[in-house]
Amino acid sequence: MSTIEVSATSPRSGEFQQPIVNDFSIQVATVNGSGSQTANSVLMRAIFQMGIPVSGKNMFPSNIQGLPTWFTIRASKQGYIGRKKEVDFLVAMNPETAREDVMKLDSGAAVVYDEPLKLDALRSDLHFYPVPFDKLVGPVCPEAKLRKLVRNMIYDGIVANLLSIEMEEVHKALFKQFGKKKAKAAELNWGACQAGYDYASKTLTKSDPYRVQRMNATAGKIIVEGNAAAALGCVFAGVTVVTWYPITPSSSLVESMIGYLKRFRIDKETGKSTYAVVQAEDELSAIGMVLGAAWAGARSATSTAGPGISLMSEFVGLGYYAEIPAVIFDVQRVGPSTGLPTRTAQGDIISTALLSHGDTKHPLLFPRSPEECFSMAIEAFDLAEQFQTPVFVMLDLDLGMNNWMADAFVYPTKPIKRGKVLTAKELERLGGFARYKDVDGDGVGYRTLPGTNHPQAAYFTRGSGHNEKAQYTEREDDYVNNMDRLSHKFETMRAHVPQAEVEYNPKANVGFVAFGTSHYAVEESRDQLKSEYGIETSYLRLRAYPFTQDLLDFIHRHDRVYVVEQNRDAQMLGLMRLEYGAAEIAKLRSMKYYGGLPLDARTVTDDIVRQEGK
Amino acid sequence: MSTTVTPPPKKLNRAGLEVLSYKGAKTTLCAGCGHNAISERIIECFYELGVQPWNVAKFSGIGCSSKSPAYFLGLSHGFNGVHGRMPSIATGAMLANRTVLGIGVTGDGDTASIGMGQFMHLLRRNLPFIYIIEDNGVYGLTKGQFSATADLGSKLKTGVINELPPFDCCALALRCGATFVARSFSGDKKQLQAILKTAIVHNGLSVIDVISPCTTFNDHEGSTKSYSYIKEHDEILNELDFVPYYDDISVEIDEGEVKEIELHDGSKLRIKKLGRDYDPSNKFDALKAMDEAEKKGEVLTGVFYVDTKKPNFMEMLNMEDAPLATLPESKVRPPKEVLDQVMEELR
Repeated sequence: MSTIEVSATSPRSGEFQQPIVNDFSIQVATVNGSGSQTANSVLMRAIFQMGIPVSGKNMFPSNIQGLPTWFTIRASKQGYIGRKKEVDFLVAMNPETAREDVMKLDSGAAVVYDEPLKLDALRSDLHFYPVPFDKLVGPVCPEAKLRKLVRNMIYDGIVANLLSIEMEEVHKALFKQFGKKKAKAAELNWGACQAGYDYASKTLTKSDPYRVQRMNATAGKIIVEGNAAAALGCVFAGVTVVTWYPITPSSSLVESMIGYLKRFRIDKETGKSTYAVVQAEDELSAIGMVLGAAWAGARSATSTAGPGISLMSEFVGLGYYAEIPAVIFDVQRVGPSTGLPTRTAQGDIISTALLSHGDTKHPLLFPRSPEECFSMAIEAFDLAEQFQTPVFVMLDLDLGMNNWMADAFVYPTKPIKRGKVLTAKELERLGGFARYKDVDGDGVGYRTLPGTNHPQAAYFTRGSGHNEKAQYTEREDDYVNNMDRLSHKFETMRAHVPQAEVEYNPKANVGFVAFGTSHYAVEESRDQLKSEYGIETSYLRLRAYPFTQDLLDFIHRHDRVYVVEQNRDAQMLGLMRLEYGAAEIAKLRSMKYYGGLPLDARTVTDDIVRQEGK
Repeated sequence: MSTTVTPPPKKLNRAGLEVLSYKGAKTTLCAGCGHNAISERIIECFYELGVQPWNVAKFSGIGCSSKSPAYFLGLSHGFNGVHGRMPSIATGAMLANRTVLGIGVTGDGDTASIGMGQFMHLLRRNLPFIYIIEDNGVYGLTKGQFSATADLGSKLKTGVINELPPFDCCALALRCGATFVARSFSGDKKQLQAILKTAIVHNGLSVIDVISPCTTFNDHEGSTKSYSYIKEHDEILNELDFVPYYDDISVEIDEGEVKEIELHDGSKLRIKKLGRDYDPSNKFDALKAMDEAEKKGEVLTGVFYVDTKKPNFMEMLNMEDAPLATLPESKVRPPKEVLDQVMEELR
């Protein structure tokens, strides 16, 4: 009977269609708290294990249970792992959104849906696959209360069948997902998955063109969230004090760090930990502890999101003036209060670069991938201690909380750089020191740590009212000297922060500047612009603030430079305006997106084409 | 003829240092400010106990009281933080180096208003730390507004009457987890010394609320934190004597109703009951005594509570004994095999 329904509602059934291989996106629409995350991860991983480049984006509500969630899996033989706007294959499990989800699809898309929803009545230009999930789940899951969770695993089997995903890989992915400790749950879910596969084999007739085929593009690669990657970076950077206050989307950064620290940073001989993690009472306290710990010599870090950054503002200013190293991860999200805490943005650029009052500016690092979350976490600690200042690592929700395909991380080859710290022996030789004196011409003074066994070690730390010897002063000349030295220190940093990644195209007079996760949309958009519109582009990917010389050169070499960013007010472009002259500013254009979803290539392309007047 | 004058030998403490090594910069607080007397007591106590000043770190928030760490222990590292948030800085520093002795000076404005959140969580953690509240009931640096420890009915110079009840920082400290809680008066040298010395050796959080009159903004008729008011209403809870572990002889209190508490390093705090039946290891006794004193309009001073058994924050974290701050790279960067293992798990 189902067979008849399928053929009846599939207009192209039987027609010959060119298969579309390894180039489509699957969207799974579910209700949050229903175990769909597991089913989606398994699906993504199975495709990855077949050697096909894949990415996963979770669009979830700020809620524990019962609200709509969409998970998009993109397979791309070209290796594009940014979000794809168009959905090719929909799994409609949520009655609340099913109708709208179906209506949004482009013609020719496929829909797996829960049979009672009768979605096939909505349109006649799609490929519909009805599945009686409730009927299928009963026999494979006798325990009624587990059915809601197991039910979702059925669509993995259905989709595997329809898209030719190898079941051995699904099996492997599923058991990896559950781990050895939950073997029983894995068996139960595997049963559901198989039931879905068998149902599809017997009942459904494939009519859409989408399918996967084994490739060899993921060998040696890993799947990891940016937050976990940054956490690992901290563990290998030798972090010793971590403080935090839970906030979406940054919590999982510290939570995964705690997991890794417990495994790898307990001294085998003493059984004691080589770190301290404190869940603070709020972000005010988290940053205070970080500064106190770093002042006393620890490698310390905290992780937060925009609201936490706002709360940390005053302390960060003190850190800047007292010249205390600190590493702060900002996993950016949309807006304050009950804004959209589970949606992504690059909206903290200006507020973080200039965080606090008085004249303050801070180095920001912009990782675009898990590999860079790992390596920049390590760089951030070295920079913070070398330059004795708070350093921010700017992730966003998309990077931090989504699963990314990545290359295996590279073990750090250089030793940890602890910066200019004087020991008792050095103090004895020098006969004393002046904390804020620019001895080496780089703007960075020498510091000592409390507990240094020498009568000359101590100095008094306070805000901006101090002279070179860290003595209190309100003298104009002392104040100005200190301010100028801090500026000089910031200038010195330009050559030490991660340099930009530049790709010059000799044929291009248009350039792109992007950073963080906007990279993926820009990378793909450049191909679209070239192949569809004949627009050649160069590309500079910013990796840090303060800006490096590369950026200025890049602007000079192009007629128009599009700064792509995920915020409303063109914040990165705003920072460039603060720094550059009229000739450079005149060349800058803005491409902005601020809808809360990861930026996609088509949105960039359409906007550039419009601005270029093509 | 010439006579050779030999200067008298300098008096050195157990650490081989003279008292000068414990002094700080010249105070810039008002003449007669109670805070200066407290700084003097701190200098004496650290000197007398022979603590190495470079093994001490000083912390403060913002306000008159918070300026005072510059005026004692000049050979110790100091950190003047932001308003009300000294506890977090101190907590971080103690985590980084657990071998350093931490002392914080704050005021009633710094602690009981803007800093209340951090104060409460410091109490909850029982951080091994000395937390001194220089309590005068007003904001001095901003010229005399009431603080949250100002007593009900107390009068400002301008005639404004305080209509809200005060926070009792000692009662909060008791209830929320501090393990040594005392109140003193900046004018009571002997009592304050015994309390400070106990705090120096106590292996947990010490909260000492010291009534420290503000001569400029709160020392007038109608103020409940003036010198004359405190002298009239100071009700001494118990007589104290601190006996260092290395000097078991100097017992000043007569035997009798004496409770002796052995502290972390073997030193002893001898507490003599005065009139009332009072057990400083019993929180309820302490709260009852505070409550009764409040009803009678007395300012009760002395040691309210001592608990030498409760584990402190550092002990709970099970950290390395050596300071985290200076652990070598070999201890804090796992080997390459560990990264390889994690990568394999993520494949």
